[in-house]
Amino acid sequence: MSRSTDRPDFDDLSARPGHQRRIGIWIAALAMLAAVSLGTLGLGRYPVSPHEVLLALLGRQDSPALSVLRMVVIEVRLPRLLAAALVGAALSVAGASYQTVFRNPLVSPGLLGVLSGSAFGAALAIVLAAHPLWVQAAAFAGGLTAAAVGLGIAGALRSGNVLALVLGGLISDALFSSLLSLVKYVADPQNQLPAIVYWLLGSLAQVGWDDLDRFAVPLALGTGLLCAGGRLLDALSLSDDEARSLGVPVTALRLAVIALATLISALTVSVAGIIGWIGLLVPHMARLLVGAGHRQLLPLSAVIGAIVLILADTCARSVSAGEVPLGIVTQLFGALGFALVLRRLRQDAS
Amino acid sequence: MSPPAASLACRQVVFVRDRRRVLDDVSLTVSAGEVVSLLGANGAGKSSLLRIMLGLLRPQAGEVRLDGRPLPRWSAPARARRMAYVPQTHVASFPYTVEQVVALGRLPHAGLGRALGGEDREAVQAALQRMQVFSLARRDYTSLSGGERQRVLLARALAQQAPILVMDEPMTALDYGHQVRMQALLRELASEGYAILNTTHRPDEALQVATRAVLLQHGRLIADGPPQQVIDAGSMSALYGVALTQLDASAQRFFTHRP
Repeated sequence: MSRSTDRPDFDDLSARPGHQRRIGIWIAALAMLAAVSLGTLGLGRYPVSPHEVLLALLGRQDSPALSVLRMVVIEVRLPRLLAAALVGAALSVAGASYQTVFRNPLVSPGLLGVLSGSAFGAALAIVLAAHPLWVQAAAFAGGLTAAAVGLGIAGALRSGNVLALVLGGLISDALFSSLLSLVKYVADPQNQLPAIVYWLLGSLAQVGWDDLDRFAVPLALGTGLLCAGGRLLDALSLSDDEARSLGVPVTALRLAVIALATLISALTVSVAGIIGWIGLLVPHMARLLVGAGHRQLLPLSAVIGAIVLILADTCARSVSAGEVPLGIVTQLFGALGFALVLRRLRQDAS
Repeated sequence: MSPPAASLACRQVVFVRDRRRVLDDVSLTVSAGEVVSLLGANGAGKSSLLRIMLGLLRPQAGEVRLDGRPLPRWSAPARARRMAYVPQTHVASFPYTVEQVVALGRLPHAGLGRALGGEDREAVQAALQRMQVFSLARRDYTSLSGGERQRVLLARALAQQAPILVMDEPMTALDYGHQVRMQALLRELASEGYAILNTTHRPDEALQVATRAVLLQHGRLIADGPPQQVIDAGSMSALYGVALTQLDASAQRFFTHRP
């Protein structure tokens, strides 16, 4: 090929016009995260001004007024804020990872049956009248079991193949959904059934510092590890033959990514119940902003996921006098948001 | 490029799938400087042979050697530094830019953990320029035409800097002009010391580009030699099951259907 028409300057690529835009996007996202966090600490049935929020966060002098502030801001709202940020980030990164591993942008963390497995575990614990701690543990264990069943079925079909994984997940999801229905059916309709339904709708209302002690580190660690594996996920977005011919151990890496993403998804269900749509929608938003390269995509998904879930949770607790379940809020806005994102994608394609 | 001259060879390869002998006692060598075109009807076993040569499939009998060393004894990244694969199509589910697609060719050099260094970026730019897709570098791969995509995939293989190129029907998606340019490019790469193995559906293409043609029929290798000797009306009629006449004119050979 000897045409010499397209030979722009060598410097052209290092100047990187996209680079500056990316920096701008990151600054905007982080600034927004900070603003939303400060804002939500002040919002609620007991309004606190931004100045007072900072006082409560930083202030040391003890006055009766300040101790009420500190109670509201630090003991009630701060753990909830942190939980929302962590869960939103984890779900978004898990969702982006799932979408890549399955090479399908319409996949969400529920694909392998994690969510229905967690729901079944939690419901079973509620019916057995277990301590709330056991409900959390059962949700986590249920999620992992469901994913393991999905992977096991995929392995029995044919190892490692993406289609087999999807089918395995489908079967596992159906299995645990039906088991959940069974548990609901035998549950006491007076108090157990409402408890199950409410738990499944998802909420951060009960989250306190003790929950964060248990969940914060593993959630942050899992999310961080996935974010650090950006290039690995780029490689996994290729077809198996292409990735292998580039020296990538596809099957092992794919299982590792699925395991991590499943782990943090199950953890989020333990903390907050089932929070739909975030894992599907947020990666699309991030992709529209920085493209498909995972080294940018995953961390940005985490930040946007945190922002979105903080906003959703703030809505959930301040729209009405009573608490609206968080899962309902994310579903409502998620469905609308997804319609917008799809429209944007259509426009880009044409 | 790399000190030992590149070579890829398989010996007495047998591959059985669902009790059918897809490949039966196939031996084939590709060396530096050669463009070897693999011809055969649909289902003759071309793709299986290609995948076995790449180490993506394991034969039941026989072995594949890369630079004289059995393929299983190579580590995956080392193998990828010696041998690159250019697929017929690359399904892009996500909007990667052309530059990002080509940069994936640096994985065997940079590894999964490290960021790309200066050497990697130079290789990517050189490959983009050579394949004339430099101006597309920031474009979304999914928005490219079939011909542009094919050039990007070859650019990725060049960025991989592996002296052996295995290409699955590299011309099929290209328009006539790009086919002619691609043929010239393959010969040029071979003369630089690349060893190229490609499959094709078109005898005339193999006549243009190949230094050697290999015919595969029902999993058996029935001919291996200079294209002008191997590809004629008789062998092509037998291979594809259609009656052909050949027409030789000024060192070119054409085929027409004889009803």
